[in-house]
Amino acid sequence: MSLLEVEDLTVTFAQKGERPFTAVDKVSFTVEPGQTVGLVGESGCGKSVTSLAIMGLLPKRGNRVSGSVRFAGTELLSLSDRQLRDRRGSDLAMVFQDPLTSLNPVVTIGVQVAEVLERHEGLKRKAALAKAAELLDQVGIPDPHRRVGEYPHQLSGGMRQRALIAIALACQPKLLIADEPTTALDVTIQAQILALLRQLVAGTDTALIMITHDLGVVAGLCDEVNVLYAGRVVERGERHELFAAPRHPYTNGLLASIPRLDAPRGERLHPITGSVGDNIPWSGGCAFAPRCSNEIGVCTETAPELIDTEGRLLRCHNPVALVKGEA
Amino acid sequence: MVLTRKKDRVDALASTSTEGMSLAASAFRRLRRSPVFLTGAVITALFVLIALFSPLLAPHDPATQIPELIKQTVRARNQFAPPQGSYLLGGDQLGRDLFSRLLVGSQQTLLVGVLATLIGLTGGLILGTLAGATAGWVDTTVMRFVDVLLSIPNLLLAVTISALFLQANQFTVIVAVAIVQIPVFARLLRGTMLAQRASDHVLAARALGVKRSGIVFRHMLPNSLGPVFVQATIVLATSIIDAAGLSFLGLGNPNDDSPEWGQMLSNAQQYITSGHADLAFWPACAIVVVALGFTLMGESARDALDPKNRR
Repeated sequence: MSLLEVEDLTVTFAQKGERPFTAVDKVSFTVEPGQTVGLVGESGCGKSVTSLAIMGLLPKRGNRVSGSVRFAGTELLSLSDRQLRDRRGSDLAMVFQDPLTSLNPVVTIGVQVAEVLERHEGLKRKAALAKAAELLDQVGIPDPHRRVGEYPHQLSGGMRQRALIAIALACQPKLLIADEPTTALDVTIQAQILALLRQLVAGTDTALIMITHDLGVVAGLCDEVNVLYAGRVVERGERHELFAAPRHPYTNGLLASIPRLDAPRGERLHPITGSVGDNIPWSGGCAFAPRCSNEIGVCTETAPELIDTEGRLLRCHNPVALVKGEA
Repeated sequence: MVLTRKKDRVDALASTSTEGMSLAASAFRRLRRSPVFLTGAVITALFVLIALFSPLLAPHDPATQIPELIKQTVRARNQFAPPQGSYLLGGDQLGRDLFSRLLVGSQQTLLVGVLATLIGLTGGLILGTLAGATAGWVDTTVMRFVDVLLSIPNLLLAVTISALFLQANQFTVIVAVAIVQIPVFARLLRGTMLAQRASDHVLAARALGVKRSGIVFRHMLPNSLGPVFVQATIVLATSIIDAAGLSFLGLGNPNDDSPEWGQMLSNAQQYITSGHADLAFWPACAIVVVALGFTLMGESARDALDPKNRR
């Protein structure tokens, strides 16, 4: 049995007087214990909404969630608030994008780590604080005993992200969702944080869902990669295979748009033209068609299905041709 | 000379750097240099000191009619004892020492102002937390109630509440003024709580399974209190004015042995037109100066705590 089975997860935001907007459209994927799965896509493709839906953190009103999210056999979507709360922080944890705002500014770092331990492990304040210092040490915060008594504003951005990771991993969750954990950090710190995540997750049973728009992050960390576009999975594959031979024009475009150091001087970057529209319907054909270089007639008539081709899931009428000798 | 000026400028630059500094710390740093805040703080400090030590400071008993002053007082002819000797401001309409009465009157003002503000703050905190922590019908009900209170002018509301009590005294003034202040705090707190609810760190806390009470009391409330406490200093000023207003209208403590500025003003008003405005001038002046002190302090603290003003 997989650790996490997401099946046909659909999230629709509906507000009175407005057209409902489907942010996540029948997304399915599974996560095995210890596995690292990437969810990749540009802004607005539904990555964050997917993670919030799994955690049950979407606002109560204004949206409809359907499908199924089974965690170790338990259906999370049908749990009560209270049951879900007991799971969050202990079985499932999450690291957010902005370490500058994700910590409570008026509470010391130590108490914030201790809070989770007191909540889920039943530790008393003193024991929890001692454990907190230990955890801070594990995530590479120097002088943890001093840091325990410091406030978030006294820590640097990278240090705060480390603290947030310590908090998320405090109760040894089975699943960690990292929502763009490196986006707000500068490049050298990004590398450190990724290395830290890899080190903490590798060799343990903790599974990691890595949500990012940065293919570089995925390349170094994930076992399996899901590429999302406009709320749907458009391509899924094993990391090496996917990077070596992207089949979906969108994945291909993402990879081609990465600036390369070995490119000839003066060569221009290759962006994907256009941007994700406000509400692209999959009903009238492929949502990516307007931006696609491989578009053929059928693309604007019927939406492609997600089809398994030799271990690669692909949602495309006219995929990028395989180059002989690769893949 | 040039050198020192340059050094000053560097120091000033260094001290305005807010890198790694909490909002409160940087606000305090700026406040220490603000002449407006300092003026307000000095007035307030003097007022509080005078109020605390007025029984010792007052040269005469405020309730005693002094024979020497009575001799010079002919009320029928609107004639009162002028300033003389240890009677710095002369006598009032009953031959009591005006200066002593002013000093001792500050006690009542401080007591009413502080107690009314504290009670109002407590009520506002309860209602504001209730509204800010719960969405839906509780929030709506509380806020409509607050809107009703806010729609009635301050003094009118205070007068109405005072009128509900059969016997006016110091306590009824405090309660009336306090109730008037509740909606201000409640609405402000609800607003800051709602902003906190949508904040990243509250979402992060929810993602950790923190219970609702923990979210509200450890994560939302402590981060919402700053503006409320700043508002409290401004409310102190309005409380003092409102309390004086109630006394002036005769809804305060009827016993004028313990002097109160609003009541002194009320008793003095009939002599204003007959050339004895000074009886009214001094208490009025005291009310204005004290209210100004609190307002200056509160307003500059509010500006300093405004993150948009961070330099």
